[in-house]
Parts: sequence; C-alpha cells; structure tokens
Amino acid sequence: MTTLGDAWAWLGDPAHWAGEDGIGHRLAQHLVLTVVCLLLSCLVALPVALVLGHLGKGGALAVNLSNAGRAVPTFAVLVLLLLTPVGRWEQGPTVVALVLFAVPPLLTNAYVGMRGVDRGVVQAARGMGMTGWQLLWRVEAPLALPLIMSGVRVAAVQLVATATLAALAGGGGLGRIITAGFNLASTPQVVAGAVLVAAFALVVEGLFEAAERLAPGRARRRGRAR
Amino acid sequence: MTPPDDCLARNEWICGTYLSTRRHILLDAVLQHLELTAVSVLTALAVALPLALVARRWRLAAGPVLGLTTVLYTIPSLAMFSLLLPVYGLSASLVVAGLVLYSLTLLVRNILAGLRAVPEETRQAARGMGYGPFRLLLAVELPLALPAAMAGLRIATVSAVSLVTVGAIVGFGGLGNLIYAGMNTYFKAQVLTASVLCVVIAVAADVLLLGVQRLLTPWTRAARA
Repeated sequence: MTTLGDAWAWLGDPAHWAGEDGIGHRLAQHLVLTVVCLLLSCLVALPVALVLGHLGKGGALAVNLSNAGRAVPTFAVLVLLLLTPVGRWEQGPTVVALVLFAVPPLLTNAYVGMRGVDRGVVQAARGMGMTGWQLLWRVEAPLALPLIMSGVRVAAVQLVATATLAALAGGGGLGRIITAGFNLASTPQVVAGAVLVAAFALVVEGLFEAAERLAPGRARRRGRAR
Repeated sequence: MTPPDDCLARNEWICGTYLSTRRHILLDAVLQHLELTAVSVLTALAVALPLALVARRWRLAAGPVLGLTTVLYTIPSLAMFSLLLPVYGLSASLVVAGLVLYSLTLLVRNILAGLRAVPEETRQAARGMGYGPFRLLLAVELPLALPAAMAGLRIATVSAVSLVTVGAIVGFGGLGNLIYAGMNTYFKAQVLTASVLCVVIAVAADVLLLGVQRLLTPWTRAARA
C-alpha cells in the first residue's frame, strides 16, 4: 500500500502539474489527440462504410480490416512510422497511427449496422419512390445509428490506448508520465501516470455509456460487432 | 580500411545480411514471444472457464464478473503493465499478468455466450438419458459451447501476440524488445523484421487455432455439407 500512497503523494505535488512535462499539459495533449483523431477517423471511415453498406459491397474488406487491425502491433506501427519521413513531424507518427487503429472498428461496425437494416423497410422505402441517397440518409443511416455509435465508442477507447502507447515512440500525452517514470526508475511516478491513464480511459467509456442511456430508445445499442 | 558497404551499413529496411547475422537474436526473441503468449493465454483460459461457469450458475454474479472484466479491458496496455509494477517488479510475470487480465474479458464473454446458447431441449434430452450435472457439462454443454469459446480464444491469442510487444517497457517483450532497441538506434532492418515476424506469429496462431477448432468440432462441418 505504500506504493499507492507514494503515487497519491506524487499526484498531489503541485510541481508535477505545471510546465511542459506537467500533468496539466500532458492531459490536454491526450485529450486533443483523442478528440482530433476521433473526428479525423470518423471523417475517413464513416462515409466509406455508409456507401459500401448501402451498396452491399466490400463486406469482406470491412470485416477483414478489423481482424488485421488486431494482428498488427500498435507499438510496431508507431516505431515504423517514426523511422519513416512521417517521423520528422513531432506528432506525425502518433496521429497517423491513431487514425489507422481507429478506422477498423468504425468501418466494421458501421458496415454491419447498414447491412443489418431490415430489408423489408428498405424495400418499402424504395416502393415509396426514395432515391438511393434519400434511402441512405433517411432510412438506413438512422436505423444503423446504434451500431455506428458503438463503433465510435470502441474507436474512442482504442484511441486513448494508442495515444498512451505513443509515448514509447516519443509522442506526447499522458503516457509520457509513465515512460518518464520508467526512465527515472520511479515506481510512484509510473503508478501515478498509470492511474491517470486508466481514469481517463474509464471516463471516456463512461461518457459513451451515459450518452447511450440518455439517447432516445431507437438509438440504443442492441448488439456490438467488433 | 573502408567500412563494409552492405545493407546494414546503409541502414536499409529490408536486409538479408541482418537476417543471417542476427539469426540467434531473432530466434530468442521469437521464442520469448511465443512463451509469453502461450503462458498468458493458457492461464487466462484456466481462470476464465470457472468464472464463466460461476457467472452462468448464479445470475447475480454475472453482472459483476462481466462488468469487472470490461473495466479491465478498457485500461490501456501501458497503464495496465505500469499498475502491476509494484506487485511484480521488472519481470516476465508482470507481462503475463497483464495479458491474462486482457484475455479474460474476451474468453469469459465468449464462453458464457456459448454456454447460454445451448438449446434447453438438448439439456433436457441429456437429463432424460440419465446425465448428471457434471457429465452434462463435460459431454454436452462444453462441446456445444466450443465454437463460440474458440472464437474468443482466437481473438484473445491474436491480441496477446500484438500486446506482448508493449512488454518491452520492462524488458520482456519478445520481438518488442528488438523493436524498442531498433527505435533507439534507428535500426530500420531490425524494426521491420521484428514487426513482420509479430504479424506472422499472430496469423499462424490464428490459423492453428482454427485448425484445432475444426478437429474438435467435426459435427459443424458435417452439418454444413
């Protein structure tokens, strides 16, 4: 228990909150990285998934991408990117890796959601004379919303984890507190950093959970594909 | 004397000389990687099965078991390893413990889903034939839950292969150690070779488990044919 006490004392020290390497700055970095990359990944993945799901094409791609995303180690991708020209821009490897690992769950869930829309509803909408775009926007996308949102949730949690790992490859964010702790052989700092990261991840997951409960009934999740 | 002008000196991504001169280092790293993965996944399996049975038997236990494993799964890998540092120190046990905690979620969820999907009529038929609760579990329920459980095991194994690399932070990361060292020295061939080997191990493990699943559940193939 003394380690936890030491970690708590480390967190309580105002000197550790200020400055470039302080908790405040790292927390802000982590938040900005997560939010910006989540938006970027949604911009990349969702249009593709919605169109593919609407056309019913590329299902194998959407599903296999998710499996591939699991098999490729995040850490390896971060280091590979660091050694390529992308590494010259400080946050380059982090941003690219974050987007790469957030896209598969977004794409797979949105695609599965679009394909899962009741075919009878789709045919009824066609019978009412809806064009392809109207069908996509007004019928399929709203009905697929629960699964799309659960994809966003999985992606967000994945982003927080990847942003933490980025610290190993010189990126910013809360993970830097942990890696600095390892370099200083300071167990209290390592544990304090880990507690911050874990709390951050759980808050993100909690926010999505709360949003889901507050959402109107039809937007709620019925199942999750990963 | 002029330095040798080979792909190592030029620091190229793909380098045959690297493969031939560092064979032993690569082999050691691969073995450590396999060992860490296998020990973690097997331990997780041994813990997950009783947990899933408990969660199925007592409805009240299901919520906390699933909730706790989900919380564990949400914690980023680097933080998980760091939180275990005071308990295990800089050791291989730390990496194994972290990986076990991750695999638990996937395994418990899938085994539980598999057990719950066993049709009630099948259970009643077995009871009617005089099967006791223990024999019912071993001879009827577990085999029927196998496809779902194996799906969880495959995902858990592939994830574990990829997460072992993070163990490099405490010096026990299998191929991750080579990636970490290669990053600090800008050694491109080492980083790329180790990364590719990681993916190869993950894919091979997945295919192997798929083969095991087919061997263990011959009836699923017969049903499809």
